[in-house]
Amino acid sequence: MDAIILQILNGLDKGSAYALIALGLTLIFGTLGVVNFAHGALFMIGAFIAVSVQKLLSLSYVTLDETRTDFLGNPVKVETPYVVEWFGPEVGATIIDWSVPIAILFAIPIMALVGYVMERGLIKHFYKRPHADQILVTFGLAIVLQEIIKHYYGANPIQTPAPDALQGSFDFGVLIGFDPNVIIYPYWRMVYFAFAALLIGSVFAFLQFTTFGMVVRAGMADRETVGLLGINIDKRFTFTFAMAAVVAGLAGVMYAPINSPNYHMGMDFLVLSFVVVVVGGMGSLPGAVAAGFLLGILESFASMNEIKSILPGIDQIIIYLVAIIILLARPRGLLGRKGVMEE
Amino acid sequence: MLGLDRKDFILLLVVFALVVLAPFLLNPFPTNSAMAQFNAGYPDLMQRFVIFGIFAIGFNLLFGLTGYLSFGHAAFLGVGSYSAVWMFKLLSMSVVPAIIASVIASGIFALLIGYISLRRTGIYFSILTLAFAQMSFNLAYSVLTPITNGETGLQITLADPRILGVTATESGSIPVTNLLGAEMRSTYIMDVGTWAFQFNVGYYVCAAIMLLAFYVSVRIFRSPFGLMLRAIKANKTRLNYTGLNIRPYTLAVFVISGMYAGLAGGLMASMDPLAGAERMQWTASGEVVLMTILGGAGTLIGPVLGAGVIKYFENIFSKINSSVLESWFAFMPENMQHAAVYVSEHFVGPGWHLTLGLLFMLVVTFLPGGLVEGGQRLSRLFRRKPQKDAARDSTQSNPAE
Repeated sequence: MDAIILQILNGLDKGSAYALIALGLTLIFGTLGVVNFAHGALFMIGAFIAVSVQKLLSLSYVTLDETRTDFLGNPVKVETPYVVEWFGPEVGATIIDWSVPIAILFAIPIMALVGYVMERGLIKHFYKRPHADQILVTFGLAIVLQEIIKHYYGANPIQTPAPDALQGSFDFGVLIGFDPNVIIYPYWRMVYFAFAALLIGSVFAFLQFTTFGMVVRAGMADRETVGLLGINIDKRFTFTFAMAAVVAGLAGVMYAPINSPNYHMGMDFLVLSFVVVVVGGMGSLPGAVAAGFLLGILESFASMNEIKSILPGIDQIIIYLVAIIILLARPRGLLGRKGVMEE
Repeated sequence: MLGLDRKDFILLLVVFALVVLAPFLLNPFPTNSAMAQFNAGYPDLMQRFVIFGIFAIGFNLLFGLTGYLSFGHAAFLGVGSYSAVWMFKLLSMSVVPAIIASVIASGIFALLIGYISLRRTGIYFSILTLAFAQMSFNLAYSVLTPITNGETGLQITLADPRILGVTATESGSIPVTNLLGAEMRSTYIMDVGTWAFQFNVGYYVCAAIMLLAFYVSVRIFRSPFGLMLRAIKANKTRLNYTGLNIRPYTLAVFVISGMYAGLAGGLMASMDPLAGAERMQWTASGEVVLMTILGGAGTLIGPVLGAGVIKYFENIFSKINSSVLESWFAFMPENMQHAAVYVSEHFVGPGWHLTLGLLFMLVVTFLPGGLVEGGQRLSRLFRRKPQKDAARDSTQSNPAE
């Protein structure tokens, strides 16, 4: 029992990332009808915003401390971050420590801008083109973004630690009546899950309870009619694209402490997220979220030693296997609407 | 001639001439000149030209004719490579059984994957093939290590049985791949003045097979079967309504296309007897898609052209570094030179993929027919013939649905 709960918990953080990316993919597909292969790159850009903000906040100037000398007799160089200089040592240290959550504030406008530019500059011209062309051009864009990041940040993963206060682990088992140290779960992963749940919830609430969201949903159902009613649906869809980019970017920002960002993390997640979208049902938002968590949890179950000893290698292929079965048995996906992209 | 009409036959002859004379054509600069870095006439690169040409021709049969975009074609290449290396380990170092085995193995693999994937079309087909390829890649890395040797990659060793050949040469080293005794790696260097032209056995073996593969693809393009495939691309529903089942046709072309990929993989292993799982990764599948689109999907010569261009620039661009750039921009004032070097640095050396990605985006956006369409547009611009459409339709199929 404890092992099962542990695996479910372990699956949640990866599942959250899948769900967030898949949510954005579905939003874009549902509104614009575009298959966006560059969505993983947006996730990666988000993670690198976290890296950059951490670097930026710890920018330092060097002073020589004459009172202390190193073993060669030279004065010791003391690096003082500018934020410490500006806000005093305690506040400054806290700001640096909490740089990943702070990065969210930077990520929202940056990702929105990236999404806006991407949609207006490139995707707009591909509405009427076949899906194959959309896949190809966004695939090219993903390569370009990835290479730009690689050029400036190098090919190696960059450690981006979470705040000290959230570094440790939480003994989850004690809460629900297990022995101590049986079910241990890192704080940051809990934060990630909560954050993802909040983000998903707010996207749904936005679509469900605002007029803007209502128009977007109407546009998803029947774009032409909404246009005929005198609503500039293109503008709203551009906004939706930017929103999807922000969601993917925030997913990336918060994922940076879990997995040190590297330039190809986007591609790694993209393939899986597409599988998630297909399993959940193309164009179904709840489906994408449900399938994201489901596949994340399934993946963590498959990597249990007990299961691996029966079916060696199952942890490597479980997601693809599920996708293949779903596509063949229920082509519209778990929660897909009948008749939508069932071909 | 050979069952081709005049135009196709001339095209075949042109390809034949290009391929046979490649050691001269790709080596236009004297060995010691400053331009020698643009030479591509050395065996390793020429082999890659033709091998990836075969891969792209095969991919084009599927994507160009039927419009099914497979994102997992590298899996077949990988299977071909592995089976070829196993033939070298078990049977002998002759490339003939290796190539045959690689084609058969990848054909069976393609039959299996195609049978399942072709139940769906459009983006679902792409994702299914992608899923299968990633599965094969992951398995080759982990559980199938006894067969694939995991991360290290499958290599030939001195301990291999090689029941029809020799385990080791007389001098005690690992034997090399050969065709009827002619070693793949042996190269004849012809010195003409300051030029050094290299003629490599392996290259000509690959070239001969590539010509054969090209010929077969021309025949498929012009056959009733090819026509059927184009009909599938044009309108599946209408074909269904006429009472035709399209599955056997798509499956057949999927298997043929997989066999081409396997052949390319087998040749790759024949030139350099090792196989690694990274050949199956989806980025490798993406590469062949890039080649085909860049050259021109659905055209005969496009994929070969695309493969050549991408492999050539990959090689040349990767070699250029900032000192080379500085010497190029030396004519500029110093500040401008620094700026120019700084900007262009992103696009060369390790940044070659950036160039590739940009180029690819530009091609997909502005030139969906690839380089072939570009060439046609240019020639039309200069000729300004009134009956332009007649000439265009015969070499280029309709754009994707």
